Amino acid sequence: MNAPLKVSGLKVLIVDDSLIIRRTIQRQLDENAVSEVAMASNGVEALQLFRQQEPDIVTLDITMPKMDGLTCVEEMLRINSEARILVISALADKRTALDALKRGAQAFLCKPFTPDELREVFQELLEP
Amino acid sequence: MNEKDLQVFVDGTVHYFSQLSAEPPVVDAPYLLEDKSEVLDYTGAIGVSGAEKGYVFFTASRNMLTDLLHNLGEPQARRAEYRDLVCEVANTISGNARRAFGSNFVISVPFVLDDGSEPEIPRESKSFVIPIVWSSHKAFLIIALQS
Repeated sequence: MNAPLKVSGLKVLIVDDSLIIRRTIQRQLDENAVSEVAMASNGVEALQLFRQQEPDIVTLDITMPKMDGLTCVEEMLRINSEARILVISALADKRTALDALKRGAQAFLCKPFTPDELREVFQELLEP
Repeated sequence: MNEKDLQVFVDGTVHYFSQLSAEPPVVDAPYLLEDKSEVLDYTGAIGVSGAEKGYVFFTASRNMLTDLLHNLGEPQARRAEYRDLVCEVANTISGNARRAFGSNFVISVPFVLDDGSEPEIPRESKSFVIPIVWSSHKAFLIIALQS
């Protein structure tokens, strides 16, 4: 079994309306590392936590109640233009992925994803 | 929905289960929904609008959902997790269908039907059932869409 991702010292905000997806992503983060993980189930809650927690990395679903993830990307980058945002969505059409990247997300991962795929994209986000 | 369109959902279902487990699902040929007996313990639903209109439902047995949760590494298998998972499966398969149908296949936030209740399928929709067997458990994907 591959070692979990080292995110020592980083703050991560996980945003998805599915509790299972939030937990799945969280499990891929190193439990022993000094990291803070916050979770939100919709875009409005995500923005509140984003302002409060100032996370280093955000994982963001698109199809969510109250505020969709693409709108969230723009709002978050208005607050902090350096934020690293990974959009994780089941919407598998190219236009959606390009839209997310155009709005400023650093990466797009399509559901369903394997632990290795998540790990790989996180590593890319962490590179300077 | 024609055969080619339904194949998109068949392929999406195979992809979903294959990503989660080493054991691929057995997905049988879709058939026309005649009665509403294909409702299992938990049902998640997606509303669809745009080029196609209607719903996609994923209904599964508690036993299948328990095994799926186990494969996901979930320590808990309770009503909340079952309800969440059927929604997420419906959401993922429907969202993945945009790879073929494009962004004009607009999907809603998923919602769960009350335990055991039958989906309300518009009469004018010709609905199709895609039977799924995985790890000896059964589930159905119900496609109730019209152009």
